[in-house]
Amino acid sequence: MTEKTKDTITLQESIPPMGFRMIAREFVKEKMAIFSLVVLAIILLSVFIGSFFIDQSQVMHVSILDKYAEPGTVTVDGNQFLLGADEGGRDIFGQLIIGARNSILIGFAITIITSVIGVGLGIISGYYGGLIDNIIMRIVDFIMILPIMLIIIVFVSVIREYNIWAFIWIMSAFYWVAKARLFRSKTLSEARRDYVSASKTMGSSDFKIMFREIMPNLSSLIITNLTINFAANIGIETTLTFLGFGLPQSVPSLGTLIGYASSGDVLVNRQWVWLPASILILVLMLSINYVGQALKRSADARQRLG
Amino acid sequence: MWKTILRRVLLMIPQVIILSVLIFLLAKMMPGDPFAGLINPNQDPKVIETLREAAGLNDPWYEQYFRWIGNASQGDFGQSFMFKLPVATLIAGRVGNTIALALVSVIITYLIAIPFGLLAGRYQNSWFDKMVIVYNFFSFAVPLFIFALIMLFAFGYRLDWFPTSGTVTVGLDKGSLPYYFDKFKHLILPGLTQALLGTAVTIQYLRSEVIDVKNMDFVRTARSKGVPTNKIFNRHIFRNASLPIASQLGYEITALIAGSVVIEKIFAFPGVGKLFIDSIIQRDYSVINALVLILGLATLIGTLISDIVMSIVDPRIRIQ
Repeated sequence: MTEKTKDTITLQESIPPMGFRMIAREFVKEKMAIFSLVVLAIILLSVFIGSFFIDQSQVMHVSILDKYAEPGTVTVDGNQFLLGADEGGRDIFGQLIIGARNSILIGFAITIITSVIGVGLGIISGYYGGLIDNIIMRIVDFIMILPIMLIIIVFVSVIREYNIWAFIWIMSAFYWVAKARLFRSKTLSEARRDYVSASKTMGSSDFKIMFREIMPNLSSLIITNLTINFAANIGIETTLTFLGFGLPQSVPSLGTLIGYASSGDVLVNRQWVWLPASILILVLMLSINYVGQALKRSADARQRLG
Repeated sequence: MWKTILRRVLLMIPQVIILSVLIFLLAKMMPGDPFAGLINPNQDPKVIETLREAAGLNDPWYEQYFRWIGNASQGDFGQSFMFKLPVATLIAGRVGNTIALALVSVIITYLIAIPFGLLAGRYQNSWFDKMVIVYNFFSFAVPLFIFALIMLFAFGYRLDWFPTSGTVTVGLDKGSLPYYFDKFKHLILPGLTQALLGTAVTIQYLRSEVIDVKNMDFVRTARSKGVPTNKIFNRHIFRNASLPIASQLGYEITALIAGSVVIEKIFAFPGVGKLFIDSIIQRDYSVINALVLILGLATLIGTLISDIVMSIVDPRIRIQ
């Protein structure tokens, strides 16, 4: 038996089940998670800082003489094309940076809006039950059954003044439903707990119970859901733009860049048009998903690595 | 149980009605109408107005709606202005292709997903399991259109293993064996692309089910009784885990429809998805109306079937 004196016993302070330190520990345990976080930070920083220095109108300026210029060639004006040019002689690198910024911002906006609506309605629906729950769930059921992408495409063609915000609101109007469902079922199980009954007995207002007590208990789920949703929304927005039903053509976007690959010529012979955008989206979504997985693991005690 | 099914079907009827009204109004709001494209610019506007009046485009929307529904239930969806064909003929010609593609996708999806998911759960933490986890992560995170582009580029153009567009090569005799082989060859690449990404949810679900059940007491009992491990897995675990997959059918169909729009565009596959996109661009709204209605109905029926199957398969739901 080993001898232990008072001086050599060191008790390790236990990590609290929630909180930043635990999340950080979860990240440290898996190298890919940290790597993804770093990659994500690099991409976000370079995109946002880069887009300050790039002038959008100059990027989208059509210059036929530079049509399909290869990477590295010099334009008529004397600037260098870092990644070549597309059919209209527009700089691919500039479009990449600004397009990435647009996609990220749009994905972010949609995620926030859908989360606010979805979590809010989900908690309200789960907490009150009864008629309110029924009505909200009927609406949710109806929307879930619709072929959402098709309807968004039709909506997009219907709107007369079409810009980025119209797009964001259309997407948000449909994609909050899955969240509402998820948070409603979580709230249903939370609302049965004793602390809710205790608060009710004490006379706390419903609003306080819902958003000051129940919601913090769901916060880890909210954060995980937010992150994975962010990646999915970027994916959906890019898909719609690729099909031609997202951002207008005059706005640089990753989707339009990849959309040029629809023609066999561009696909095979001029990869510099669509390949950088594809790789960027892939890396972006993979890293966001990895970070989301790490967050998911830190929320669910059974799956924790640390 | 029949009561729940009946209730479910009855619930579907108002949903279908609301869906059809919504689609009709949406399509009506689209700028432009069928006569916009046919107009000779030198034509007198009054003549165009009479044409419009004759076609019933100036009637109140509910009259137009009921006329459309009445015709639709008899199978007459109007005329397509793109192709100058009745819409029903147009859709009937394309829907076979999309259904073939969907069938191939679904079959390949489950051929991959079921064994991978079950075996990954059984041999947890083996190299196979780790590989499946990585594959699952990718199939979840990668957007469909990028994957499809890369597949088309790699296997269609660079390696030249598969044809890159259409359903069948020109010049083959219809009904002959090479014709069917060729048709199948055209289906493989798009079907495989959609299937590889569609396995995400199923593999994840199956794997976690098997892992959960593996640790339960009855498995330990069986093993201590001396039942061979294979039998435990085949008899008890695999079967119980696989049944709820049938309930996913409704969401499978939704995913297939959304996916087909993208895949058919990239692979230039003349199916219903491509028709949808073309008709939106051309503002051919009789086609759009008909398509969204049919596809919406397909999704509704799919979810209905999956609910029914789920209630048959899971006795706990039946008792309710």
